[in-house]
Amino acid sequence: MRPSDALSQLKFRDPAQAAALREALEQLVGQLDHAPVSVMHVCGSHEQAIAKFGLRAAFPRDLDVIMGPGCPVCVTDVPEVDEAVALARSGVRVATYGDMLRVPGTSQSLAEARADGAPVEVVYSVVQAAELARTVDEELVFFASGFETTAVATAAVLLADPPDNFSILSAHKYIPPVMEIVAEMPGSRIEGFLAAGHAATITGWGIFEEFVAQHGIPVVVAGFEPLDILAGLVRLIEILVEVEHGAAPRVENAFPRCVTREGNQAAQERLWRVFKTTGGRWRGIAHVPNGNLRLRDAYARFDARKRFDIDPSPLWRHAPPKLVSQCQCGDIMAGIASPTDCQLFGHECTPQNPVGACMVSSEGTCKIWHQYGGHPDLNQIGRRAS
Amino acid sequence: MRRNPRLVGEHITLEYGAGGGAMRALIEQFFVDGLGEVSDGDIGLAAMDDGAAIRIGDRWLVVTTDSHVIHPIIFPGGDIGRLAISGTVNDLAMMGATEPLALTCAVVFEDGFPRAVLERVWASIRGTCAEAGATVVTGDTKVMGRGELDGIVLNTTGVALADRVVGDAGLRPGDRIIVTGTMGDHGMAIMATRNALALETDLESDVAPINAMIRQAMLAGGDGVVAMKDPTRGGLSSALHEMAEKSGVTIILDEMAVPVRDEVRAAGDLLGIDPLQVANEGKAVLGVRPEATGAVLDALCSHPLGRDAAVVGECIRDRPGVVVLDTGFGRRLLAEAEGELLPRIC
Repeated sequence: MRPSDALSQLKFRDPAQAAALREALEQLVGQLDHAPVSVMHVCGSHEQAIAKFGLRAAFPRDLDVIMGPGCPVCVTDVPEVDEAVALARSGVRVATYGDMLRVPGTSQSLAEARADGAPVEVVYSVVQAAELARTVDEELVFFASGFETTAVATAAVLLADPPDNFSILSAHKYIPPVMEIVAEMPGSRIEGFLAAGHAATITGWGIFEEFVAQHGIPVVVAGFEPLDILAGLVRLIEILVEVEHGAAPRVENAFPRCVTREGNQAAQERLWRVFKTTGGRWRGIAHVPNGNLRLRDAYARFDARKRFDIDPSPLWRHAPPKLVSQCQCGDIMAGIASPTDCQLFGHECTPQNPVGACMVSSEGTCKIWHQYGGHPDLNQIGRRAS
Repeated sequence: MRRNPRLVGEHITLEYGAGGGAMRALIEQFFVDGLGEVSDGDIGLAAMDDGAAIRIGDRWLVVTTDSHVIHPIIFPGGDIGRLAISGTVNDLAMMGATEPLALTCAVVFEDGFPRAVLERVWASIRGTCAEAGATVVTGDTKVMGRGELDGIVLNTTGVALADRVVGDAGLRPGDRIIVTGTMGDHGMAIMATRNALALETDLESDVAPINAMIRQAMLAGGDGVVAMKDPTRGGLSSALHEMAEKSGVTIILDEMAVPVRDEVRAAGDLLGIDPLQVANEGKAVLGVRPEATGAVLDALCSHPLGRDAAVVGECIRDRPGVVVLDTGFGRRLLAEAEGELLPRIC
């Protein structure tokens, strides 16, 4: 039996099991013929759990768990924010998730536009946005962000006969293509990926098979409890050890209580009926071919980009705030830098006064680190305490 | 050593009322400037403790004051009246003054405040005073115009004599940290009444005067009780940070040992709020010498308000002012609540 098998069941917050998993992880990392080993997760929820439970301090010293571009709010590009700001400033009601409000655009965020009198509203879901549209006569645009998991919800609303005055400004993103970009970045040290369990619940774990075949980098799908993450990492390092001994890299599902190979096919069918992939920039990362989800022509009547003549160009006449040039969000999202590498982190840039998008969103790495003490590496401190 | 050195901004925003680093900056840069000087050994404004202590003969006069602006005025488990008495009685107790001599109560009403609500609030003030063995001896009344104030603001001041003053700076390496009960009840109950998700919960505020329980603990622990603080705004996290900073120790907090009600934890998970950063109004954090720990814990647990008391941490020397959270899975720094997590909570 492999060390991780025993853990796939039972409770997911048991410290004794976590200790056993940490030990297994330590041993496995020691079995590799090189050090350190770097793996990446691509999910804000993973970073949340890692930070909240102090896991990073418990990882083996030679295991580097890098946070990748896993925050959909953070990777929403400046021109996309500008579109929403321009729409709202032209008097069109814009509804969006709370996290999107303070994401900086070229010269303004939606929150700043609202302070200037633009009609911007916070909603908790796309369903709530559609309901809001039913209660008003005027046009209502939902500025939609999120990865494929969230895009499924948007698709479901568009398929359920939304009101005529309702439309979507899609900033939805699709995760699999950006993994290729990050894997192929010059100087990338990523040897394995921890994929997000909730996204895979929709897409199925089979979607990563092609990626593994093309790039030779193993992928393990993991859940979000501390034991899920530790078990996922154990699986991932097990595979890396096997690969060193000549095995082929592969995909494994360490979240079988939710994820299947095929995923939720009804949800996928809805997603792809409404959305198509197009290329586009992810903030701070790169142009990502097929990384954006945009409405298909059949749903053009709900596409705010087709419905309105959006002109963000007046926003470009203002120089961005000076601090922005020092912001390292891009490097942090690409996994090249840590929040603590940034001069602004915790000083000029705080959740109250965010400079970059990573400090805005509850899924942003900087916000998460700040929320949980700002420095996760406590291997050194207080080991003498009982 | 302050974790968030900052300058007070152009405007006093809600953040400055949240009990965190912003409020401390305000006190340091304005309120303490040229004021609050006390004789050597006395505790004044600059100590930023729960109250002041001035030596009179061989005893101490302890004074504290608190304004209450909570919304809603009546909440699950209490109301602004019970809160106003408990808050001041508890602040006195946290200085070691567990027998309040007298309280004052100043009221500012908004024009149109309902008599029925006033009756409820005053019944609550009387009841809570009886519980605490306290009384209100003087007060003040003002009324402001409609919309100039939301309902009612209460200010209470308390005075008491103490034989020994316990500050919040007396910790040294080896000392244990005790909490007197479950954390986060008050703040989470208020949050649940307010948030847009309309949570249906059984959450109740823990608001209560705890001076009698603290007296019991101090009798049991004697000089072994070296620091006390009530974890109100900012919750356990802010209280521990202040104690660690002022005492110059590191506190290691054992998260698994901290009592938190299941429903508080669940609401916290749902709202993305850490129960350790949320206010309590009927709890205390005690720093205790190791040899006194057992006696203090027994004394607390034998009081109805201290049944869930637990040892939750230990002081070490490593990095003064730092609070490390041992989650049972790993370790991280315990973060302090920043900003307007929840305005008007007390």
